Amino acid sequence: MRLHFSRKILGIPYAVFLVFFVIIPMLVILFYAFTDKEMHLSFTNFIQFFSDPTKLSTIVYSLVIAFITTAVCLAIAYPVAYILARSKMKKKFVILLLFVTPMWINFVLRINAIRELLSWVGLLGEANYFNTIFGMVYDFLPFMILPLYTTMLKIDESLYEASSDLGAGGFTTFTRVTLPLSMPGVASGITMVFLPSMTNYVVSDMLGNSKVTIIGKFIYEYFGTNWHMGSMVALILLIVVFLSTWLTGGFREDETVRGANL
Amino acid sequence: MAEHIIELKNVTKYYDDNLVIDNVSFYVNRGEFITFLGPSGCGKTTTLRMIAGFDPPTSGEILLNGKDISALPPNRRPVNTVFQRYALFPHLNVFENIAFGLKCKRVLNTYRNDEGKEYTKKERLTKKEIREKVEKALEIVDLEGFEKRSIATLSGGQQQRVAIARAIVNEPQILLLDEPLGALDLKMRKEMQIELKEMHKRLGITFIYVTHDQEEALTMSDTIVVMADGVVQQIGTPTDIYNEPANTFVADFIGESNIFNGTVVGERKVKFCGKIFDCVDDFERNEPVDVVVRPEDVLMCAPEEGALKGTVISVVFKGIHYEITVQVGKYEVVIQSTESRAEGDLIGMNIAPDGIHLMKPKYTSNVFDGVITKHNTVEFADGEFECDVTQLYPGSHIDEEEYLVTAAGEKLDLTGTEVRVEIGLSDIEISDDEDAGGTTGHIISIIYKGDHYRLIVRTDGEDEEDFVFATDDLWNENDRVSVIVPKDKIKLTLKHAEDKKK
Repeated sequence: MRLHFSRKILGIPYAVFLVFFVIIPMLVILFYAFTDKEMHLSFTNFIQFFSDPTKLSTIVYSLVIAFITTAVCLAIAYPVAYILARSKMKKKFVILLLFVTPMWINFVLRINAIRELLSWVGLLGEANYFNTIFGMVYDFLPFMILPLYTTMLKIDESLYEASSDLGAGGFTTFTRVTLPLSMPGVASGITMVFLPSMTNYVVSDMLGNSKVTIIGKFIYEYFGTNWHMGSMVALILLIVVFLSTWLTGGFREDETVRGANL
Repeated sequence: MAEHIIELKNVTKYYDDNLVIDNVSFYVNRGEFITFLGPSGCGKTTTLRMIAGFDPPTSGEILLNGKDISALPPNRRPVNTVFQRYALFPHLNVFENIAFGLKCKRVLNTYRNDEGKEYTKKERLTKKEIREKVEKALEIVDLEGFEKRSIATLSGGQQQRVAIARAIVNEPQILLLDEPLGALDLKMRKEMQIELKEMHKRLGITFIYVTHDQEEALTMSDTIVVMADGVVQQIGTPTDIYNEPANTFVADFIGESNIFNGTVVGERKVKFCGKIFDCVDDFERNEPVDVVVRPEDVLMCAPEEGALKGTVISVVFKGIHYEITVQVGKYEVVIQSTESRAEGDLIGMNIAPDGIHLMKPKYTSNVFDGVITKHNTVEFADGEFECDVTQLYPGSHIDEEEYLVTAAGEKLDLTGTEVRVEIGLSDIEISDDEDAGGTTGHIISIIYKGDHYRLIVRTDGEDEEDFVFATDDLWNENDRVSVIVPKDKIKLTLKHAEDKKK
């Protein structure tokens, strides 16, 4: 019999990958989250988590830090992306590159540099939350600029012209054309910054003088002692991220309406 | 109010260093349907964009109702544009797209206060007013009931209509249309042409229309402005432009034409294709002229009755007429007729005097500013050519050290001498080998003249000089070529002859 080599065969490695590295680990987390030490089905982790004020406050702190980081990134990145995307400058990619190159420098090195800088101005250990957010903004800014820039670059110049032609001044054009059309970029940027801000505890550890605990740190610590609780926290984080992605319209297939929920 | 709703005075526009509009002046009458017609890159869209306010002119004035508006931004001009690719807002539905301009609008409303005193307030339109206006606009473009539809679900023709509605709902003084039908298929285009024309009649506002489609321009316009190369070639009614083209470019671009080189031989008599014809235009005796004959003005008859006699070499059926090409000696003549002939038939042809249009040739020779180099070559038009410098000084010769020795025995170093370079129309050759000639360029115009082609080659360098010449070979527009001029065909004259004498 001749072996018929269909295109479906090419999909097998990916299916294997998805089963072993996505589906099975998810099921394992789910299993651990809803069992106790004796591997019996139980809701203790769930109940314990929501009845413990320190755990709840960590979630809230994480959310607040992530929220502020995302907001500051957006506030800095939006004008930069807008100016660069609309500028007719020939060398504008150089400026874009300057904003983005820090991404390519070793992460630990960058955070250490910020730490040295903060200790030099005397802030290290003094303003832990500020330092954490400062570090995160510095770290995640490129992830906000890039999607915003690419989205704004795609807005047809003739739409700005049409808006102006129809009597809209600069501000009206911005609020009624630029802003709504750049929402998909805003949505991608938020998803790219929000999640790491909640989980990247290296920043909070090194810059927050180990006084700032975010949800990522929490998961890390639990997996040293109690896998069941760790899995539960990871699951809760997953749900938070899922909700925020849904809110920004990240699941919609039509790209033009992404961010419509914002 | 002024009769001219818009007037351009000596408008020139550069993009970076490129001259795209070269000193253009014309006016548009209130309420007329005017079309800018020309090949792509002729400056017609730029002219429209300057009227809309997207591109400021580099110099010159744009007058709206007699007032200069060249510094006014687009949002403060009472004109609206239908864009080439519609430029509808993808995030808004049909209603919101059309209402966009109305929501930006502020109108002056007059009220009476308690004491009976009148006062005015600048106000937005009410929701109800906007709704009524949008509905009326949708009715004009035949899209009733489409308010809630998203732009992405509309066909090209429907998007086109929304774009028109979005512009006319603002009741502009002038509606600008930038090749609005370019993206539609032929049948749809024909329908929209008629509808636009109707709309123009009904709305009574001035339409400025841009197209490269000559048939579209002839069908729809009251006035046509033919443009080429950033310059207005002719302004007139469609009938004028078609029947009395101002130059060979217009004749060639609008409709089909036979274009020949002719000579005026007597009072209202012109010689071309080897025969003398009566004509209606009067020119100086012995003056070389361009002769334009429309294919439908060539009348076929029996061989012995015709002023011209030739053999049919091709017959093409075009639906309404046959296009018959006849070889007359070395010339080709194209005829359009409802009667057919067979290939190989010997036929006679007559042309009525009013079917013969004479025009002054735009080009009689090529003239450039040049500079002599130290190798006794001449630099001009972005290139360097070998030439005979001794013609500058009669009786002179070149010595072994490459100095010029005049008849009087004076030794001259000509390096840097400014000269006027003249080359005849039949003394230029081109080659697709880029190193074969003295300079390189690309072909910007080809006109068939019955037995040869007249080409214009524009050089690539910053001089952007044009070489005009005749050739028997068929080339394509935009071909890159090098320009060859034989040494003995370059005529040089000193530019500062007077200075030299002093």
